[in-house]
Amino acid sequence: MNNLKRGLGIIWMILGPASIIFMIWQAADKIGIAREQVQLATSAAAKSMAASNATNTILQWAIIIAVFLPIATGLVIFGKYAMAGEYDRLPESSQEL
Amino acid sequence: MSNNASQGIGKVIFSSSLGTLIEWYDFYIFGSLATVISKQFFPEEQGTAALLSTLAIFAAGFIVRPFGALVFGRLGDIIGRKYTFLLTLVLMGGSTFLIGLVPGYKSIGMLAPILVLLLRLVQGLALGGEYGGAATYVAEHSPPGRRGYYTSWIQTTATLGLFVSLGVILLTKMSMSNEAFNAEWGGWRYPFWVSILLVVVSIYIRMKMKESPVFTKLKKEGKTSTNPLKESFAHKANLKMVLLALFGAVMGQGVIWYTGQFYAQNFLETKAMLDFEQSRTIVLWAILFATPFFILFGALSDRIGRKWIMILGMLLGILTYRPIYQMFLDKTDVSASAGATMLGAPSVRYEPVKDRPDSIMITSTEKQFADGIKFRETRTDTMFANPIRGTHPGNTTYTEKRLPTDTYWLFVFLVFLQIVYVTMVYGPIAAFLVELFPTKIRYTSMSLPYHIGNGVFGGLVPFIATLITSFKGATPLSGLWYPIGVASVCLVIGSIYLRNKKDENILD
Repeated sequence: MNNLKRGLGIIWMILGPASIIFMIWQAADKIGIAREQVQLATSAAAKSMAASNATNTILQWAIIIAVFLPIATGLVIFGKYAMAGEYDRLPESSQEL
Repeated sequence: MSNNASQGIGKVIFSSSLGTLIEWYDFYIFGSLATVISKQFFPEEQGTAALLSTLAIFAAGFIVRPFGALVFGRLGDIIGRKYTFLLTLVLMGGSTFLIGLVPGYKSIGMLAPILVLLLRLVQGLALGGEYGGAATYVAEHSPPGRRGYYTSWIQTTATLGLFVSLGVILLTKMSMSNEAFNAEWGGWRYPFWVSILLVVVSIYIRMKMKESPVFTKLKKEGKTSTNPLKESFAHKANLKMVLLALFGAVMGQGVIWYTGQFYAQNFLETKAMLDFEQSRTIVLWAILFATPFFILFGALSDRIGRKWIMILGMLLGILTYRPIYQMFLDKTDVSASAGATMLGAPSVRYEPVKDRPDSIMITSTEKQFADGIKFRETRTDTMFANPIRGTHPGNTTYTEKRLPTDTYWLFVFLVFLQIVYVTMVYGPIAAFLVELFPTKIRYTSMSLPYHIGNGVFGGLVPFIATLITSFKGATPLSGLWYPIGVASVCLVIGSIYLRNKKDENILD
C-alpha cells in the first residue's frame, strides 16, 4: 500500500500543473471566441454588447485561474509529500502534529 | 450521559445550529434570487452579461470564504470560539440587511453593483469564519464516541438554511403578483430584510453561551497558540494533514453538496425549463425527506468510522449523476409538441427590430400532452417589411413546464437521492475534521480546507458547469463532468491515503 501511495504521488504532482494548463488553454479559446463576436457584430449596439461579454469572459477566467493556481500548487506539494513517504504512516494522535 | 449533561449539549447544539442556519439562509437568498438581482443591479440590456456578473459576484462570495476562514480561524484560536462566531453573525446579518437596502441600477447607476459586490464579499468573509467555529464549539462539548452524532446537527444547518431561504422566497412570491415581486423595491427584498430579525434573536441566544470548555482549559494553562496561521500551514506535519483533508475528503464533499442541491435546482429551471414554483418545491420536498439522514450518517460514523461513509457518498454521485440528469431531460422533453392539445387561444405580439423596418412576431401558446405535462410554446418569427421576403420562421422555445403528479414525485425522489449522497459525505465531515487537528490550531486548520473544498470547488459548480455547457459540442449534461471529475480524484485520494479513524481524544 505504501508503494502505491508513493507511486501515485507523481500523478498528483503532474495533475496540478496539467489542470492549470488546461484552464489557460480553455480561457484563451473562450476569450478568442468572445473577441471574434465583437468583430463580427454589425450594429453599434451589438458591438457594445459583444464587447461587454468579452470583458466578462476575461474577468471570469482570470478569477478562476487566480483561485485555482494556489490550489494546484497545493496538489503538487501533496504529491511531493506522498512520494517522500510522508503519508506512509499517519499520526495516531494530534499530539504528533 | 446524565440528564443534565444531555440538556447541556442540547442547548449548545441549539444555540450554535440556529446561528449557523441563519448565516446559511443569509448567504443562499442571494444565490436563489440571482436572476432578479441581475436585473435590478446591472444594466438591463445586457441580459446574459448581467446574469454572469451576478454569478461572478456569487462566486466571489464563495472565493472570499477561505480568506474568512483564515482571518476568523486565527481569531478563534487566539481569543476563543464564542466571541469569534458572534462577530461573524453580526457581520453576516448586517451585510444581508444592507443588500436589501441598496437602490437599483436605474436609481444610482454603477454604485449599485459595486455596493452589492462589497456587501457580498463581507458575507463571504463572515461565512468563512462561522462554520469552523460552530463545528469546533459543538465537538469540544461532545463526549467521545458521540462526536459524529452531535456535530451532525450542525451539518443539517447548511441544507436547512437553503430550505428556509427557498421557502421564504417562495412564500413571498406567492403572496404577490410577479410585477410586485420584481419591482425595484419589490418583494424580492423582503427575504433580505427578514434576516435582521433572525440575526437579533440568534445574537441574544449566543450571548448567553459559555466558551468551549476545552479552549477555556487550554487558555487557563497558557497553551493557546500565538500564531495559529504559522503553526497550521508552515509546519510540515500539520500542513500535510491540511492537504490530505482538502484533497482526500472536502474537495469531493464540496462538489457533491453543491451538485445535489444547487446545481439540481439550477438544472431543473434552466435546462429542463420547469416553472419557478415546481423547480423550487421539488428541491424543498427532497430536502425535507433527506435531512434526517445527516443525523443517521453522523451517528453511524461514530460506530463504523467516517471514511467509508464519505467515500460511498462520492462513489454513488459519480455513478448516478448522468443517468439522473438524463432522466430530468427525457421526462421534460416536449419537442414533439405537435401531438399536444392547445389550452386556450395563442397570444400574439409584435416587436420592432432595432435599426430596421422589420418586426418580430412572438406567438405564445399554452399546451398540454396526454400524460399531463403542461408547457408554454413560444415561436419567434421575423416579418420583413419587404413583402417579397415575407416571414422568416424563427426559434421555438418551450418554457414554464409543469409536471403531472407522478413525474413530479419521481423528480422529488431523484433530487432526494442526490441529497442522501450529500448527507453521506457531509454528515460525518465535521467530526472528521475536528479530530484531525489539535485544539490550539483547530479552528484555523479545519476552516481553510473546509472553505476551499466547499467555497471554491463546490461553490463554483453552477458557474463552471454553465461554462462547460457553452463549449463547442457540449450537451446539457456536459457540465456534470466537473463534479464527477473532482469527486473521482477525491475518491481515489481518500480511499488510498485516509485512515478510517475515530479519534476518541480531542483534548490535546
